[in-house]
Amino acid sequence: MREVAILGVGLNKKWGELWDKSLRQIFVEAALAALDDAGVDKLDSMYIGSMSSGLFVGQEHISSLLADYLGHTPIPATRIETACASGGAAVRLGFIEVASGMSDVVLVGGVEKMTDVTGSEATYALGTAADQEYEGYHGLTFPGLYALIARAHMEKYGTTREQLALVAVKNHRHGAMNPVAQFPFEITVEGVLNSVLVADPLRILDCSPITDGAAAAILCPVEMARSLGKPVVKIIGSGQATDSIALAQRKDITWLEATYQAAKQAYQMADKTPADIDVLEVHDCFTIAEICVLEALGMVDKGEGGRATEAGWTSLEGKMPVNPSGGLKAKGHPVGATGVAQIVEIVRQLRGEAGQRQVKGARLGLTQNMGGTGGSSVVHILARED
Amino acid sequence: MPTPAKYWREIPQRYRLEAAKCQACGQVYFPPRQVCALCGSRKFSPTRLAERGKLLTYTIIRVPPHQFTDLAPYAVGIAELEDGVRLTSQIVDCSFDELRVGLPVKLEFRKIYEEGQAGIICYGYKFVPE
Repeated sequence: MREVAILGVGLNKKWGELWDKSLRQIFVEAALAALDDAGVDKLDSMYIGSMSSGLFVGQEHISSLLADYLGHTPIPATRIETACASGGAAVRLGFIEVASGMSDVVLVGGVEKMTDVTGSEATYALGTAADQEYEGYHGLTFPGLYALIARAHMEKYGTTREQLALVAVKNHRHGAMNPVAQFPFEITVEGVLNSVLVADPLRILDCSPITDGAAAAILCPVEMARSLGKPVVKIIGSGQATDSIALAQRKDITWLEATYQAAKQAYQMADKTPADIDVLEVHDCFTIAEICVLEALGMVDKGEGGRATEAGWTSLEGKMPVNPSGGLKAKGHPVGATGVAQIVEIVRQLRGEAGQRQVKGARLGLTQNMGGTGGSSVVHILARED
Repeated sequence: MPTPAKYWREIPQRYRLEAAKCQACGQVYFPPRQVCALCGSRKFSPTRLAERGKLLTYTIIRVPPHQFTDLAPYAVGIAELEDGVRLTSQIVDCSFDELRVGLPVKLEFRKIYEEGQAGIICYGYKFVPE
């Protein structure tokens, strides 16, 4: 297997409600930013993560559409769908293709255009990531499913309502320093606790927003990256795993087994442990998700995610900075783009290009992206070489 | 638009509460599976789902999908039934204040939603506190 580097990264200029732009426009914007950052103009292939372009904009077959509008036909292009983990899965497939020697320069991207439909249509589209016949049929929504996890976690481990709020407060504090973020402003614990209930005990400020956004990264063999004279960031670990998509079918409602398994594979490939990681971008689609993910990644003991957050461990200055970009909560969550955008942020952190939100001296970073309530999960470990 | 067939094929599960018991290890599955997730066996016997259980977790949906707009707010939970099966369903005939982890519930046959004014009426099971 060849070693793989990330040569360039990019996002579209601003995430949020982009009513004046189409799916193809925001994707091309992000892809061009990544190509310019990489300093290349030739691609061998493309993988694009998108959860539901069909339900959000009525467009399937976006792989060829996007290769065309990027000016790169006839290269092979494939769309990847594993719900909200689509972006992470696209990164992993690009990694495998470069590592195998099949291709040299691969673009991995993600895109979702979610605000062209009404809120209730978006709720429905996202809901298709749950078990439609045995969860959706009974009126469950995604906030509802994560509320079931939150209630069980509070009951089992004594996690408090305030600890959940602190996840959102911390991610907004980070996001306020990210010019691309959909919501680049700070919020307070009181503000979260007084925001409108969506699915008890979760309130609107526990939830990541509906977002239009795109992200891209250019992968290549490490030797090629070294010859270009930039700080080299390598993918040294990759893992992906599955679990029952229906929450009720899992042994422990509070435990993200697919994330645990994906992380185990990635740590093993990278020959690293949780203690080695300097900075993380994780899937905080809801506040409780970040708490459960920290536990499944082995960053904290089972049940301790809420208390670790309260102790400040996960803030920019803490012992394990989590979501310096603002996370899904403040930066926004264009579902198919999220897993790639996590890679974009970690590359910038490891190159020392993250400005105000830079984690000092970060050399090793981890990304964790998941689909549904954790029915799929993708973990990558990135390292700066020098 | 969904066709009625997608509801007809759910009749054994939704209307008759038919589960599948693994002939090799005895694990009961609802909905029925073709491969046992524990032992890999492909042989199952039909069995009637237990109708009583206890709530493991719950929530109150205040922002519903469009089919459930008229019903909101409504409670949904996961209960563990007496045969070990864990099931997701709405919790009805009780006030939100009564909801708690460990609440004993039984399954009842109820209307779930209607597909518009001229559409079919979709039935299924709901939890009722005992």
